Amino acid sequence: MAEMNLYNAQFMDHVHNPDYKYQMDDVTCSHEGINPSCGDELTFSIRLADDGTIEEAAFTGHGCAISQASADIMSDLMIDKTPEEAIELCKLFMGMVRGEVTDEAELAKLDEAQLLRDISHMPARVKCAELAWRTLEEMLEEHCGKAAEEAM
Amino acid sequence: MSLSPSELDAIRENPYRADFPLLAGNPGIAYLDSAATSQRPKSVLDAEMRFYETMNANALRGLYRLSVEATAAIDAARAHIARFIGASDPAEVIFTRNTSESLNLAARSLGKLLLNEGDEVVISIMEHHSNLIPWQQICAERGATLTYLYLDDDYRIPASELDKIGPRTKIVSVTQVSNVLGVRNDIADIAARAHAVGAVCVVDGAQSVPHIPVDVAELGCDFLAFSGHKMLAPMGIGVLWGKRKLLEAMPPFLTGGEMIDSVSEQSAVWAPIPAKFEAGTQDGAGIVALGAAVAYLEGIGMAAVEERERLLAIALTDALASLPFVDIVGPVDGSRHVGAVSFNVQGIHPHDVSSILDMNDVCIRAGHHCAEPLLKRLGESSTCRASIALYNDLSDIDRLVNGLESVWKVFNG
Repeated sequence: MAEMNLYNAQFMDHVHNPDYKYQMDDVTCSHEGINPSCGDELTFSIRLADDGTIEEAAFTGHGCAISQASADIMSDLMIDKTPEEAIELCKLFMGMVRGEVTDEAELAKLDEAQLLRDISHMPARVKCAELAWRTLEEMLEEHCGKAAEEAM
Repeated sequence: MSLSPSELDAIRENPYRADFPLLAGNPGIAYLDSAATSQRPKSVLDAEMRFYETMNANALRGLYRLSVEATAAIDAARAHIARFIGASDPAEVIFTRNTSESLNLAARSLGKLLLNEGDEVVISIMEHHSNLIPWQQICAERGATLTYLYLDDDYRIPASELDKIGPRTKIVSVTQVSNVLGVRNDIADIAARAHAVGAVCVVDGAQSVPHIPVDVAELGCDFLAFSGHKMLAPMGIGVLWGKRKLLEAMPPFLTGGEMIDSVSEQSAVWAPIPAKFEAGTQDGAGIVALGAAVAYLEGIGMAAVEERERLLAIALTDALASLPFVDIVGPVDGSRHVGAVSFNVQGIHPHDVSSILDMNDVCIRAGHHCAEPLLKRLGESSTCRASIALYNDLSDIDRLVNGLESVWKVFNG
């Protein structure tokens, strides 16, 4: 029953009252991610500040509670991070939910996203938790390079 | 619709659960996903083991005692399975891996025999992808059109839709029971409509053969596909029954060992049916175990299985309908359901429902159930599905209800 803790009050608050679920203005870069088997759809957007850090992050879309809460928590974590730092955090998060990274000091970098650590015991839901992070990583690595350079 | 006290007593009792080692060993689990795969009784598991322990040799090939025994066991199982579905000729029973392979065989092989440019294949919108993609593929290859029979608001294929079966129709392929909605189609009527225009009628029996008496002569269909693993047998063994005349006219599906009479450098002569459609070494243990599954079901009697499951389906549908936060996707009349009932919990994604139910040891399915065109038509991207088998009882349904109340509480306090 350990996983029952996943759907706790703090997690459900992100589901019911997301701070970062809205259509943002002055987007530097945005990217759509989908989980075809679940019907989860998510568009993630960022705006980069003059110093190249992420100054605003937001998402739109729909999906299960895990994909939605995960996107909200991720958005908060990404503010003030450089794209390189953001990519590192995405890789770390995916390592955590797949159960490949268990080092506490490493995982501490994920801050509130550690709420989703129990996903590593729920293999069927890993894709849901990863959706936002996979979308952001893809965006920064493959689709956002030019836009980011121009913004800088 | 509600059940009488004696009907409720009948499904409170459970003389079957103890026969199923997985269920007996996990008394806390409510297994409500038999439409995905059933559990297996000990007699079936023993039959599989006994094949390897006492008669393991390659059937058909060896001219020694073990191989002869293996061949005899497979022949006996084939005859038994033929009788079970009302087929008079055991050679009309072709062993495959599962319903998907059976339907691929039918689509490929019948398609090559019957379909030409401008011809038409008719299927229903409630088909599982297994009875949809093979027809999409062969239609595209042969220049034929794939036409759909749609449902009315009561989840039935109305007579007006059946008028689509016309002079250009060469094949009609329809499921007997929907794996999503649990509703039953009138196959005898559909087969008659197909035959009236000279078309062949293929039936997906994956969700019907395990749950209700199925007799191919009564249905009047030309082909019936079903899986062992949904009817108490192991995974990896399935059946395509077909009429001899058609099977003899059809080209082979897979080619290679055991499906030939003679081979020269540039050509081959096919073996008679069923061997023509059974290339390579068959799953002898699986075939024998499928025979044991049929024997288990016959021991109870398919009429008794159908009656028990009818009561369970009514109890399940009634229980879901009584929860104000649950919407049933499909008929709310439980007597319309064979095996499966789909539903959604308001505002909660089916995957979250399924995960939280899992934390309560309740196993259901969530997703599109390999029927995306149907779900799209219903305006759903996914649903939850609870499905029953003869080894379920009222306590499983109670546990589902308690689990759903816990789901609702997690999301809505």
